[in-house]
Amino acid sequence: MSTTVTQLDKVKTGRWNGGRSPFNVEYGKIMMWFFLTSDAFTFSAFLIYYGTQRFAHFAWPDPDKVFQSIPLIADHGFPLVFVGIMTFILIMSSVTMVLAVEAGHRNSKKEVVGWMIATIIGGLMFVGCQAMEWTHLHHQGFWWGSIPHQDGVSPEVTLAPYFTHGISEVSALQFSNLFFTITGFHGFHVSVGILLNIIILFMTLANTFERRGTYLMVEKVGLYWHFVDLVWVFVFTFFYLV
Amino acid sequence: MASNHDHTVGHEETAHHEGMTKGKIWRVFFYLLALTALEFFIALVLVHGGYVEKGLAVNITYIMLTLLKAYYIVAYFMHLKFETFGLIMSISVVFLFIIYFIALMLMEGTYLNTHYNPFPFWTTP
Repeated sequence: MSTTVTQLDKVKTGRWNGGRSPFNVEYGKIMMWFFLTSDAFTFSAFLIYYGTQRFAHFAWPDPDKVFQSIPLIADHGFPLVFVGIMTFILIMSSVTMVLAVEAGHRNSKKEVVGWMIATIIGGLMFVGCQAMEWTHLHHQGFWWGSIPHQDGVSPEVTLAPYFTHGISEVSALQFSNLFFTITGFHGFHVSVGILLNIIILFMTLANTFERRGTYLMVEKVGLYWHFVDLVWVFVFTFFYLV
Repeated sequence: MASNHDHTVGHEETAHHEGMTKGKIWRVFFYLLALTALEFFIALVLVHGGYVEKGLAVNITYIMLTLLKAYYIVAYFMHLKFETFGLIMSISVVFLFIIYFIALMLMEGTYLNTHYNPFPFWTTP
């Protein structure tokens, strides 16, 4: 018998030839990635609709004039400062999340618990800030389907403080609807993230991952949490800067 | 053949676990902080101070900085840079559709602006 192996019988060892995991990632983590991709499409659709509306109107509210307050400190005169604080809080909580994942790689339960608590506090602070921002805008008269309004006064006069080039009632209404819908959908994601983080924290405290031998769950929830941060980066640019 | 196979697997495993040390995490954090600070500098000092007019150039700068921030978050915090080529492709290539969608919808918006804008509208006093 010949010992030479023909070309056909040769065992292929490529990534996609079977017998191994081509993505080299655990199933749940791949599914989390695909879920986040689809979620990114949802957020993209929202933001693209915002862009379309903005392009379609002669006038659009000037974000520098709408977002001027620092709740509890100053009513107006400080554009972007409060949202800057919120952005910093969210980036910071993203960092504490990666640090929790990193501690998980070293199977250090104590550090995972510490960083998870820090992440949860960051998330709660962010949602709290958003609640204050919403309350402030609501007091000014913005809400789903409503814009600042005074009886017997032309909308042109009431809306003047929020516009720079031209004033339009319809675009103020669109802006208000889209602001509450998009930041609301994002805030809902943050809230769900906090809930997931709390569940993971308790599972860590209950030694679930210690017994499992891996802190992979922290990584999966971490992916979700970073995604929430990522969405905020875009919301921040398109609502507050541009 | 066998040794070659073992070698690739071993290499993959190190590639998967390599990545984020504490030092690297903080470095990425400072990049993100610096990019955000730059955005605020443009918005508060340059635009508000009256040095530059808010317009296409400023907006493109904001969007570039945003995409750079997004890259750092996805590549390092979400660890995508250290995953296999196949996973990176299956997650990133689909966003071509989003780029197409952006082009499509903004053109539509521009069209509506010039052809259908019958709403009450006042010029700034």
